[in-house]
Amino acid sequence: MDLFKLFGRKQEQSKNVAKERLKLVLVHDRADLSPKLLDMMKSDIIRVISEYADIDNEGIDIKLTRMKRDGDTSPISALVANIPIVKVKDN
Amino acid sequence: MENQKLGTAIVITSGKGGVGKTTTSANIGTGLAMRGYSVVILDADIGLRNLDVVMGLENRIVYDIVDVVEKNCRLKQALIKDKRFDKLYLLPAAQTKDKTAVKPEQMVELVNELKKEYDYIIIDCPAGIEQGFQYSIAGADEAIIVTTPEISAVRDADRVIGILEAKEIHNPKLIINRIRPDMVKRGDMMNIDDIIDILAIDLLGIVPDDEAIVVSTNKGEPVVMDEKALAGQAYRNITKRIIGEEVELLNLETNDGSKLSKILKLIFGK
Repeated sequence: MDLFKLFGRKQEQSKNVAKERLKLVLVHDRADLSPKLLDMMKSDIIRVISEYADIDNEGIDIKLTRMKRDGDTSPISALVANIPIVKVKDN
Repeated sequence: MENQKLGTAIVITSGKGGVGKTTTSANIGTGLAMRGYSVVILDADIGLRNLDVVMGLENRIVYDIVDVVEKNCRLKQALIKDKRFDKLYLLPAAQTKDKTAVKPEQMVELVNELKKEYDYIIIDCPAGIEQGFQYSIAGADEAIIVTTPEISAVRDADRVIGILEAKEIHNPKLIINRIRPDMVKRGDMMNIDDIIDILAIDLLGIVPDDEAIVVSTNKGEPVVMDEKALAGQAYRNITKRIIGEEVELLNLETNDGSKLSKILKLIFGK
């Protein structure tokens, strides 16, 4: 560890790795939605939207998260989708 | 007022095995007895009895929880009086039966009976979320979740918190066990804030990974009675919080490493 400090390199703390992995796994545990099922939902959503618009495939971010709405005592599961639209198809 | 019993049943649970439920149950039960409360520690881990050895009472068992439920004996006959404290009792698990031997309704009846006579009923829940867990939480008013700073234990704790909520046992409290201050300092172990942040429940206390626990378990004497051990202090603090006293969080740094390692640190500057 001290060697890393000497050379000015910072090793990623393993507890942060643990925390991130844990957060991700808990999102799925809590919603009872497996990563595989989420993938299926993702591709369906993208397919439907693609019928109406050209999408920037690189910029797509669809994930499961936890959020608290006004008046909620405990957080609920939410699907957050960020799908950049390049151009709406004329139809 | 003298016969007025608090009658609070607290289940000690975790989901994952081996995180320290039994040790926690023994120490909280003993800690409450040290403060003058009448306590029954109930070993609900049928088939894998262990609370008796942790308490040092293994030679005194005649009847067990299944005998009580099946009415082979009276409840009072199965309660084993502690060696050290007059108002502390153990209700042992059966060793040769399995977890189908007790139904949730029977547990509710049993715990309600105990609540009339004692201040605290501490239920040591088996690992898992199946039958044993289900009957263990059936009679409980409150829950304490034990976890360690590991991914697997925290994940299971989260699952159990969800199930308890669904079973209407609200606001469970958290004990983080086996914390290693040296590893936390290096960033190689999740700290208290990390875990609280993820589980989002109230913290009841923290317990260091202390050799004194192994030693006390070897002897069958709960570490809460050990004035010198840091883990003993940790359990005394937890006990105080259970009875409603406000206690500052234990500073684990005070006992960071042995004398030898401290000297080594002085010489080599870590």
